[in-house]
Amino acid sequence: MAVHKRSYRSYAGALTPAWSRFTIITRYAFKNLFRSKMLTAYFVCCFFYPVGCAAALYLNHNLSFLSIFKVHEIFAVDADFFLHFLGVQSFFAFILMAIVGPGLVSPDLANNALPLYLCRPFSRAEYVVGKMAILVWLLSLITWIPGLILFLIEASLSGAAWAWANLGLAWGIFIGSAIETLVFSLLSLAISAWIKRKLAAGAALLGVFFFGSGLAQVINAVLETKNGYLIDLGNLLTTVDASLFGHTDVVNARISAGSAWIALIAACVFCVALLERKVRAYEIVVG
Amino acid sequence: MPAVIELDGLNVRFGRRDILKELRCSMSGRTIGLLGPNGAGKSTLINTLLGFYRPFAGTARVFGHDIRTETRQIRALTGYMPESDCFIASMTAVNFVRMMAELSGLPSEAALERAHEALFYVGLGEARYRRLGTYSLGMKQLAKLAQAIAHGPKLVVLDEPTNGLDPPARQRMIRLIREMRDTNEVSILISSHLLRDVEETCEEVLILKEGRQVHYANLEEERRANRRFLELETVGGDNGFADAVTELGCECALTSAHRMKMVLPESFAIRELYRLAGERNIQIRRLSYRRDSLEDIFLKAMESANGRP
Repeated sequence: MAVHKRSYRSYAGALTPAWSRFTIITRYAFKNLFRSKMLTAYFVCCFFYPVGCAAALYLNHNLSFLSIFKVHEIFAVDADFFLHFLGVQSFFAFILMAIVGPGLVSPDLANNALPLYLCRPFSRAEYVVGKMAILVWLLSLITWIPGLILFLIEASLSGAAWAWANLGLAWGIFIGSAIETLVFSLLSLAISAWIKRKLAAGAALLGVFFFGSGLAQVINAVLETKNGYLIDLGNLLTTVDASLFGHTDVVNARISAGSAWIALIAACVFCVALLERKVRAYEIVVG
Repeated sequence: MPAVIELDGLNVRFGRRDILKELRCSMSGRTIGLLGPNGAGKSTLINTLLGFYRPFAGTARVFGHDIRTETRQIRALTGYMPESDCFIASMTAVNFVRMMAELSGLPSEAALERAHEALFYVGLGEARYRRLGTYSLGMKQLAKLAQAIAHGPKLVVLDEPTNGLDPPARQRMIRLIREMRDTNEVSILISSHLLRDVEETCEEVLILKEGRQVHYANLEEERRANRRFLELETVGGDNGFADAVTELGCECALTSAHRMKMVLPESFAIRELYRLAGERNIQIRRLSYRRDSLEDIFLKAMESANGRP
């Protein structure tokens, strides 16, 4: 099939390892995503707060700066600080998911492109993992990675004793962000797989959180229960984060951390089931 | 010649509906045609071979790989051009074909090189940096063909490759298929309901109807076999000529006073006819082998399927 010969020839060269092929989808999607100036600008904005926090941590340990205010430290770097950091970054992550998520699977479905992916030595699971990796990377870059960098900055400024005493915070940052990333990614992929129009998929994604929250309040008020929170994804994530950072007051006010974990796992399983049903080369019409 | 595709009692069922029923044959030609009316199960057979649908009973093998257990190996050897519009509208043709080649396992640089080659080969060289969404229907068909061959598969599966093409574009597609066939580097499976496409490109044909295999034919052998059928037009003489021919072991039927059709025995030499004509002072004005067209084969297969209990 040489350009000059214009004839067909088969390929007998080396092949890439099968396990690495899901990264191809991720790589091409990244190229496509960052063509959008708006997304690039928003993504940069997502780093303002972590950079501000890093500066604040530095100033918190800068004696000459603190001497101006005649204090030893401006704020305490503890669970509250990192929980607040995660809360802010979760909001940015949520908006980022709403922008990026709907465009992941729906264009492939709208263009009937799935048979082209799946007729190759490339499975449905690899396709989903490849698409999910896009969100996992983006959300990781603005949640647990800067969170752990802040933890390391504080550890370097406060000393090893602080780091050892607060090691649980690093764990909380990582696990809290990881579960949030997983839920956001699976949910946006599932919605993107079921709603072909990008705008409608974005709206549905926002609807799941806001409508779910509203419905939860209605259920709680009408049935005089707290179980309505089980369908409020935002609340479930907050409850899990609070439990990871040892804030039992928040957990007790709503539902138990165990219930929140179970509800989140159920939501993830449901999203996987939705993806399993929809991500196919061809739908089988049973009649 | 080793079998390209072997169907071994293949049965595919959706819900309670049998879509493919007891398909059983071995195909080894360079180009294999899948023929049948709409809804015959051609695309279902292709999708089953590619592992998109699971067989309900029986199995099939592609280059010896079982479709039940070795789907990945089969897909690695196969290039697929689907029937429906399949593309990623926002990508340029070269990026699209490159990505598909990479997904088939080619390293990035090799995939880019072969994407350019494939697009030149199918005739989209000048348009390869255009977005697929801006392509005409014919160009999209060619882009689909390019992605199917970019990774140099051993088997190319073309599902209705000439769908929606105007006559020049159709001719171009047929020419490309023939060229690929003649390289002997690739086997081609073509599904079509257009007899002419299959006749012009295929060496073997499997005819399906309502999910059943109604005929499997090696077109070359069928054509050779048809050389025993003759149509003859004569001037002069009388019916004695037909009797004399019958005495030589031919089956003969007069269609009019001077026209006849005959079936020759295996060892019969045509010069015997000229000798008989010479003896009876008869002129042979026309002598032609009656060649069964694919249409004849197809119609016969459909008739026999209709007569099936």
